[in-house]
Amino acid sequence: MIRLQPEPLSVDAALAAVASPDCGGTTVFIGTVRADADTPGGRPLRYEAYGPMALREMERLEASIRERHPGARAAILHRTGDIPIGEASVVIAVAAPHRDEAFAACREAIEELKKNVPIWKEAP
Amino acid sequence: MKIDLLLFAQCRSAAGRSALPIDLPDGAGIDDLWAAVGTACPALLPFRAAARVAVNRAYAGLDARIRAGDEVALVPPVSGG
Repeated sequence: MIRLQPEPLSVDAALAAVASPDCGGTTVFIGTVRADADTPGGRPLRYEAYGPMALREMERLEASIRERHPGARAAILHRTGDIPIGEASVVIAVAAPHRDEAFAACREAIEELKKNVPIWKEAP
Repeated sequence: MKIDLLLFAQCRSAAGRSALPIDLPDGAGIDDLWAAVGTACPALLPFRAAARVAVNRAYAGLDARIRAGDEVALVPPVSGG
């Protein structure tokens, strides 16, 4: 599952997308907007995306996770627009036959996403 | 050929617009692109070191060539997640 949307993200939807009788371990990473220098006065944090390319890069990322971790299934969801403090900007769920792959693949996915997917936080 | 160079984030702020029309020869390379950008909007030149070029929604290698009808964008350092 790949989603890029302004609506709040659903962890349940991500979990449902990756669930499989062949997978014994599932990990979820949730990135949430926190109160820091990017959110002065408690304002929401604005995310913008080069939409079509962000989707394409997220799809490539999902494919590379499946290739590097046989049996793994990934859901990658990112929200755009104004996101209030405490709400999720990104959700990544990975299900794999065993927990080692689930942990490793989920970590890889968020690190790769942060390097390559054309999405930006707007400076306040 | 006329290309509408798509600008995002810091690049869009620097240029004051979300697309920059530039003129390129067919088969232009990355150097040609930046030369045209420098002419059309010098405020974007400082991004040359850090921004990646995307052609048709994929990061372009240094030997990339731009053809008529290609979608070209400047992708400044990303900060998603």
